[in-house]
Amino acid sequence: MPTSLVLVQLFNGLQFGVLLFLVAAGLTLVFGVMDFINLAHGVQYMLGAYLAVAFYRLTGSFFAAAALALPASLLFGLALEVVVLRHLYVRDHLSQVLATFGVILFLNEGVKIVWGAAPLNLALPELLSGSVPLMEGLRYPVYRFVIIGVGLSVAGGLYLFVNHTRIGMLVRAGASNTAMISALGVDIKRLFTIVFGFGAMLAGLAGVMVAPILSVEPGMGDQVLILAFVVIVIGGIGSIRGAFVAALLVGVIDTLGRSFMTDALRLVLPASPARMIGPALASMGIYLLMAAVLALRPAGLFPAKGRA
Amino acid sequence: MTLSRALAGVGMLAASAIAAAGSVAAQDLKIGIMAVLSGPQAVLGGQLRDGFMLGVKHAGGKLGGLTTTISVQDDELKPDVAVGKAKQLIERDKVDFVVGPVFSNILLAISKPITEAQVFLISPNAGPSPLAGKGCSPYIFVTSYQNDQPPEVLGKYAQDKGFSKAFLLAPNYQAGKDMIGGFKKHFKGAIADEVYAPLGQLDFSAELAKIAAAKPDAVFVFMPGGMGVNLVKQFRQAGLESIPFLSVFTVDEATLPAQQDAAVGFFSGMTWAPNTDTPENKRFVADFEKEYGYVPGSYAMQAYDAAQLIDSAVKAVGGKLDNKDALRAAIKKADFKSPRGPFKFNNNGFPVQDFYLVKVAKRADGKFETQIVQKIFESYGDSHAKDCELK
Repeated sequence: MPTSLVLVQLFNGLQFGVLLFLVAAGLTLVFGVMDFINLAHGVQYMLGAYLAVAFYRLTGSFFAAAALALPASLLFGLALEVVVLRHLYVRDHLSQVLATFGVILFLNEGVKIVWGAAPLNLALPELLSGSVPLMEGLRYPVYRFVIIGVGLSVAGGLYLFVNHTRIGMLVRAGASNTAMISALGVDIKRLFTIVFGFGAMLAGLAGVMVAPILSVEPGMGDQVLILAFVVIVIGGIGSIRGAFVAALLVGVIDTLGRSFMTDALRLVLPASPARMIGPALASMGIYLLMAAVLALRPAGLFPAKGRA
Repeated sequence: MTLSRALAGVGMLAASAIAAAGSVAAQDLKIGIMAVLSGPQAVLGGQLRDGFMLGVKHAGGKLGGLTTTISVQDDELKPDVAVGKAKQLIERDKVDFVVGPVFSNILLAISKPITEAQVFLISPNAGPSPLAGKGCSPYIFVTSYQNDQPPEVLGKYAQDKGFSKAFLLAPNYQAGKDMIGGFKKHFKGAIADEVYAPLGQLDFSAELAKIAAAKPDAVFVFMPGGMGVNLVKQFRQAGLESIPFLSVFTVDEATLPAQQDAAVGFFSGMTWAPNTDTPENKRFVADFEKEYGYVPGSYAMQAYDAAQLIDSAVKAVGGKLDNKDALRAAIKKADFKSPRGPFKFNNNGFPVQDFYLVKVAKRADGKFETQIVQKIFESYGDSHAKDCELK
């Protein structure tokens, strides 16, 4: 097996991982701090992508579209929190799941009514559309390095924000014991709103980042949502650090599994059954990882303090 | 689902408006359309519905001269929902024809209740092999193709072109395996690798790296809908475009608005393209774009033909819908001019027609469409027809 191919696949895994991190970061905060199951997190990712396309059509510039789509995602997240979700915090998880599932259906149909059912396209800006040869015959798009760069810087920024600012401290405290910080006189409602809006914006950012490489279509967030839940369960609910490590793990394991599982099986099996079993095993990989983590460390790899 | 109800309602309203405008006929023609109109694949169902509606419009709103009522149903791409709605069409609406659906799994689910009720089922897109061979039915007519045939076009082309090593890529489900099998039927060169990606996969960077490492003479791909949009964009971004891109249901008029320039020069196999040079097609494409504002795909063209087929058959029997045998004989004649050119039915109710290699191009007006490159098969019937007992 050529080492260059392994290297390329590691890059692919890393890039997939940081995208998952952007989605999972918001989800883990909302789940951890508010104890709120927000299935609608995936549609915020979808909405980020649609907003990017919409603003691109208005401005004709990718950078302007990205710059406008982020605050728009934030505003939308805040609006969703105030109008719908705020009323669900006191309800049990089942009501939250039902209500946010309703939001998914509503918004998936909503974007279809506004933008149509056909997948949409966002063109890459000239500046980022180059590519570098990483191995023979394959050019690695510069834009994918940009995704990795943006993801890693957001992770760094989040680390500083959560560990070295006052709001970050409250967020950490909220993830550990919500009732206590509320009793200490912190305006928990405002904290929730901030956390929620911020999480929505991160999901929106992920949507903006993928719009040029994936098709922008109704329901695009649903699959990401499942993976994001896998990530936060592996990483430990409420933990940004856990989400980061778990997202990279999931990204790399999934990509390497898809790339090499069939070839690996071919060493011990004839080609035809290897082709059947390989992809099936590869797509199970991350769920096997999740099962293993749950069995050995039920609170996840890096549980928020006080939860374990 | 609310939207589908609303859509169906609009369909009924439009149809009843047509009905009210016409004079009181001895017998009305009732048609149920079954297509996926919600979810990510809704764009295909939309093409089907719009194509059929244009056919009705070209017949002056009255298929076969009868007052025509149309009920549009959303199958939601769920077989159980589709069966429920099919029964509703048969029992409540008492339709004479069901037209649809887009997907083969839905067709297999609804074919039994519909044919058992002795209602004609015109399939304008799906053509699964179980209904083409032993399981063929005197009540089913297909205006598209048998599912094996489009990939056979690419396999034959790759073989004729002398490609010695092909890389095959499809989603990991039954249709994916069928398409790969169809390609291999005529392609006798080496297979560099055969990769099945999970259905609904977002990112193909891992598969693209494998393609680059395998250095094939051509890739053959089946990636329907959004998966195809993603793959095509990423294939281009990875700089692999020097490898010929042969595909089925991956680059077509439903996905091209999203793929745009990334898909230009990529190949597919079909019976028709928007630039097919027949007078019927010029009229169809021009009127379709004027009416609906987008480029029609094969989904729309085949549904348009379903409307023409019903129109011709009902006319031939003088509007007498109760004599099923006479009606069937009239349908079987396929006495209409398809935009695609020559069209006739085989003994199994599937078409015998020409197949072409088509290629994506950008039109002068900036829109994208597939265009005919060369004819691959002439008067080509499917290989299952010999197993069908119908004459």
